[in-house]
Amino acid sequence: MLDLVHEWLLRPNFIVFVTLFLWGLYIMVVHTNLVKKLIGLYILQTSVIFFLVAFSSKEGATVPVIRPDSMPVDAVEYANPLPHALTVTAIVVQVATLGVSLALVSAAYRKYRSLDENEVLQRAE
Amino acid sequence: MILELPLLVLLVMTAAGAILVKDLVSGVFILGSYSFVLALVWALVGAVDVAFVEAVVGAGLATVFFLLTLSRTEEKDTELRRLPVPKVALIGLPLLALLMLYGAGDLPVFNDPRSPASTHLSPLYLENSVEQTRTPNVVTAILMDYRALDTLVETLVIFTAGIACALLLRNGAR
Repeated sequence: MLDLVHEWLLRPNFIVFVTLFLWGLYIMVVHTNLVKKLIGLYILQTSVIFFLVAFSSKEGATVPVIRPDSMPVDAVEYANPLPHALTVTAIVVQVATLGVSLALVSAAYRKYRSLDENEVLQRAE
Repeated sequence: MILELPLLVLLVMTAAGAILVKDLVSGVFILGSYSFVLALVWALVGAVDVAFVEAVVGAGLATVFFLLTLSRTEEKDTELRRLPVPKVALIGLPLLALLMLYGAGDLPVFNDPRSPASTHLSPLYLENSVEQTRTPNVVTAILMDYRALDTLVETLVIFTAGIACALLLRNGAR
């Protein structure tokens, strides 16, 4: 048991990821307000991106911009650039999908005058 | 590790604030500050490009989207009631958390330079990108040279999202 706790303390990024991921999921499941659900979705998405980027950090490494005076390059000196390139794309797509879902909520509100999931379903029948 | 831990605590605290606050508009503003703390954490672990994008698109644009949606609503819709917790969530989510934390030992340690993610492919990009692409910033080299086609299709995704928003929000839409 003590070993397990020690292993968690070595990985604070993973503890934060689990907390944010499950809390966001919980908000999406429990709340009936549609905008609140999207806040939960946003926290869930950013937690996954945070998890990926945290893998790229190296002890004592700097940003992945190559200094001109340091050829040939030693890869240990720079942070891992691959997760960065992946997540830059993912963040933009995340906000684009968030915009579409907020537009859907806005359209539903204009028609049914409510942000509550149950009221919208009731009036849609 | 000295600066990271307080920032991680601050990250969880701002997320908790965005979730627990009773009013939706204040929740959205706290969510913006959460995005900004996230950008700070990423700048600290060396992911400056991701931090820029998160500060501009996450903290800026997403907050504006939320506020635009909320600006048309009435006050009674943005107040939240405390809801009963369903039994499935009460049992299922802690079980899921235990399962995820049980597997934590197999993941590489935070800040480990010899983790599998940093040893196989990524040194090749770091060592060869200046020679092959003449771009000192390796993230830019990957996005715009090695993976340029993927970035092109990503702009297609954003274009589609923009069209969907315009169709949903146009005047006279049902």
